[in-house]
Amino acid sequence: MKKYILRRVLGMVPTLAVISVLVFIVIQLPEGDIVTSTVGQLEATGVDMSDDRIESLRAQYYLDQPLPIQYLYWIGNFITGDMGFSYLYAQPVNELVWERLGYTLLISIGALLFTWLLALPIGIYSAVRQYSTADYAFTTVGLIGLATPNFLIALILMYLGYNWFGLSFGGLFSPEYINAPWSWARFTDLLAHLWIPVIVIGTSGMAITMRLMRANLLDELEKPYVTTARAKGVPPLKLLLKYPVRIAINPFISTIGLLLPTLISGEAIVAVVLNLPTTGPLLIQSLITQDMYLAGSLIMLLSVLTVIGMLLSDLLLAWVDPRIRYERT
Amino acid sequence: MSANNLVSINNLTVEFKTELGSVTALKDVSFDLPRNCITAVVGESGSGKSVTSNSIMRLLPDSAQTSGEIILYPQKSEPISITSLAEKDPRLRSLRGGLVSMVFQEPMTALSPVHRIGDQVAEAVLCHREVSKEAAWSEAASMLEQVGLTDVQQKMRMYPFEFSGGMRQRVIIAMALICHPQLLICDEPTTALDVTIQAEILVLIKSLQQKLQNSVLFITHDLGVVAQVADRVVVMYDGQVLEVGDVKQILKNPQHPYTCHLLASMPGAERRTTKESKQKNWAAGAALGGGTALATAEDGRQVREFVR
Amino acid sequence: MSELNELTPGQLAWLRFRRHKLAMVAGGVLIIFYLFAIFCEFISPYTPDQRNARAINAPPMDIRFFDADGQFHPRPFVYGWELNINEDTWMREYQEDTSTRYDIQFFSRGEPYEFWGLIPTERHLFTVDSESEGYIHWFGTDSLGRDMFSRVLYGARVSLSIGILGVGLTLFLGVLLGGFAGYLGGVFDNVVQRITEVLQSIPTLPLWMALSAALPAAWSPLATYFGITIILSLFGWTTLARQVRGRFLAMREEDFVVAARLVGANDRRIIFRHMLPSFVSHIITTATLAVPAMILGETALSFLGIGLRAPVVSWGVLLQQAQNYQVIVMTPWLLLPGAFIVITVIAFNLLGDGLRDAADPYSSLSKT
Repeated sequence: MKKYILRRVLGMVPTLAVISVLVFIVIQLPEGDIVTSTVGQLEATGVDMSDDRIESLRAQYYLDQPLPIQYLYWIGNFITGDMGFSYLYAQPVNELVWERLGYTLLISIGALLFTWLLALPIGIYSAVRQYSTADYAFTTVGLIGLATPNFLIALILMYLGYNWFGLSFGGLFSPEYINAPWSWARFTDLLAHLWIPVIVIGTSGMAITMRLMRANLLDELEKPYVTTARAKGVPPLKLLLKYPVRIAINPFISTIGLLLPTLISGEAIVAVVLNLPTTGPLLIQSLITQDMYLAGSLIMLLSVLTVIGMLLSDLLLAWVDPRIRYERT
Repeated sequence: MSANNLVSINNLTVEFKTELGSVTALKDVSFDLPRNCITAVVGESGSGKSVTSNSIMRLLPDSAQTSGEIILYPQKSEPISITSLAEKDPRLRSLRGGLVSMVFQEPMTALSPVHRIGDQVAEAVLCHREVSKEAAWSEAASMLEQVGLTDVQQKMRMYPFEFSGGMRQRVIIAMALICHPQLLICDEPTTALDVTIQAEILVLIKSLQQKLQNSVLFITHDLGVVAQVADRVVVMYDGQVLEVGDVKQILKNPQHPYTCHLLASMPGAERRTTKESKQKNWAAGAALGGGTALATAEDGRQVREFVR
Repeated sequence: MSELNELTPGQLAWLRFRRHKLAMVAGGVLIIFYLFAIFCEFISPYTPDQRNARAINAPPMDIRFFDADGQFHPRPFVYGWELNINEDTWMREYQEDTSTRYDIQFFSRGEPYEFWGLIPTERHLFTVDSESEGYIHWFGTDSLGRDMFSRVLYGARVSLSIGILGVGLTLFLGVLLGGFAGYLGGVFDNVVQRITEVLQSIPTLPLWMALSAALPAAWSPLATYFGITIILSLFGWTTLARQVRGRFLAMREEDFVVAARLVGANDRRIIFRHMLPSFVSHIITTATLAVPAMILGETALSFLGIGLRAPVVSWGVLLQQAQNYQVIVMTPWLLLPGAFIVITVIAFNLLGDGLRDAADPYSSLSKT
């Protein structure tokens, strides 16, 4: 098992290396670079820049070096924790991202838990009562959830919230707490706001989870070992949970890894609509204004999170499923 | 009924409701299972052997509609009408795995892949008796030894995918016998196994029956297996019982044309075929001609319904 | 039995498909939507950028047969809006002006346009008399007084075609790479596998966002359109490639393929005659189920303002107007394009489910 973990952790390194190259290429794509845009902005306000000054600026950002060297500087700094400077916010990227990343993670994990807590039991119910009215109802609701873009759910929720309850929601904190230091009151205020994005983001994953659970369980219910257990006289509910459900759930553990990118993506867009202080709006802002250090760092951080998430889900799967555990040690 | 019978099946009819209309799996099936005796049910696939055994265990899917009666006469307690038990009746649960238990065709898939062997065998004990987990495990260990496993303590902590097919089938037999059922149903227990393993398992089933003095309902399509293990034979075709009798009588002197046909279809049967039974074979062929036409008509009907 | 034997696999699949009523309905809905998209210039009563200064942010209209007095008119008609400014809130409030009926006319003259950019004409499927004061805004209008119904139809052309085009490209990449990986195996297979893994572990939306933000703003709408399509497919092919590879590997070992090989069929014959037919149905199904992801991707990007941009009209671009909270509360009908997205995605899912069953040659047998 230890060997397996070690191998998986080492396996992350090349993946992350490739991702970093990809991210670097992407942030190099737009025409111009940080210096030309800064210079352009300054010149627009009437400041004239000498060529020497421009050259020294370029050297400061290693822009006079060939691309591979630029990449090495960038990734080297990234690994040592220096993510560069955001000229949009005139702050080091480091100071901008961590808190927002924390909220992104919090909302994504919250959405994952919400999805599972609701979708798995519904999936089980739908499979056991296949073709019942409730099964059809759940399937229909799930399908609608699957087909509705996250941001549309958020918009509709906002509309309904206003029309029915006169509520206007958005943000993660009430105005008085936005800049307040952490306190118990601020924390409960956060919880009071958190559930909306969690539900909105969770809904999209719910349909897939529900349908998969239903399909998996229907497959498992047909398996001979279920009949064996029935023939053994195991009580129905215990049988259902101990055997087919246990096995049908396994694939979900491995899909955490695949669900995570989706959740983080969904979070990015819902955050814009709901005006959340997470990485999403920051990323969009930085992309639109071509603040490439900020954008690159954000994409890189989100990717690292995802890769770690996948690793954790693989380890978890190996832990619960002996077949995989034995195959790989 | 007779005090010598453990189970009697009377006029059992089973229909399956499907999208394509209802299909009759069993028509008016009646036979008895005597105590302390191995009864084999033979027939080709689709003849209703497994439906019969699953009816005894009440393992038929919800789409099945049953009429007729199956009565179990357990030793030292009241008779149970299996067919009229409600799904939630506690007697049904004590029946499954307690009074009656079952060994399945596919040892490769009949065990849960993610639970330890010991856990699965001991569970059968825990389901039927109020004992501690440790007691159940030690009972499972001694049962596994009885079915011929060695190194039992270590093997009980292993998972099914680490076992060979023959070993798994032994585990399943142990699981079935651990609560000392009065009836053991073996649904083609050797079909999925190698020939050599097959023989070992048959010997095991037979010797355990002699030791435990229970009844065995042995389902197979293989007359060779019947000759090896069975005391009595029930021949089925197309959901009906054609012939019931002592194993020697049926194999030596079959009464029904289909039985003759079945016997003649065995490899190496030709040499033993007398002129008389050859004639019977012709008759069987003719009789079956009708059956085949029936099957074709059935297919045609299904196709037409499907098209509609 | 003989009846069954006479049917080709295609006919059998059609029979199985027809059993799925929902999939049939979904297919019908999609055909209608695509017809709308193809003939959007003709079907819409206005051009997408035509402004009606007298109906700004006007709510959807009812198309009526009965007038305010309850009298029946065989020709459908609409009432115009009467604009009041609420003196307390200073907001526009529209009330139906029931004094004049505006009859709906079919195949009548309206705003001139070029059908498919080729044929100049001014005939529309339905309008109200353009000489009169009347106007018809079935889905209401936006803040510039543009007809939402017309814009939804024009948006359908872009959104629906991007789905098909994107999936086409995805299919090409996925089948090519997945197929070769499965067939060649070895180093190539390994490389493709690794790339697939890496691409799947990146959150797609941020990367899409980064790439589409990198598209030069100076590009023409058409170039941006293709740019976005390519970006969407660039990360979409991985799933398909994985599936194709998996199927390819599995099928290589299938008895019927081995049998064909033993009989002496050459590679080309095996691939095209034996493997492809049992493959194509699977691919069509996967493709059908992949279209929604493309449509949703485009919508999301355009919604955020980094995908397609005005003056291009797509469902995502239309929804961008509804990003603002006040806007939704005041003019909820601007969310209507969202309903079309939802219906389209549901329809593709149902159709895909039906196709999957139809493509499975064993599905009907296993149900008996």
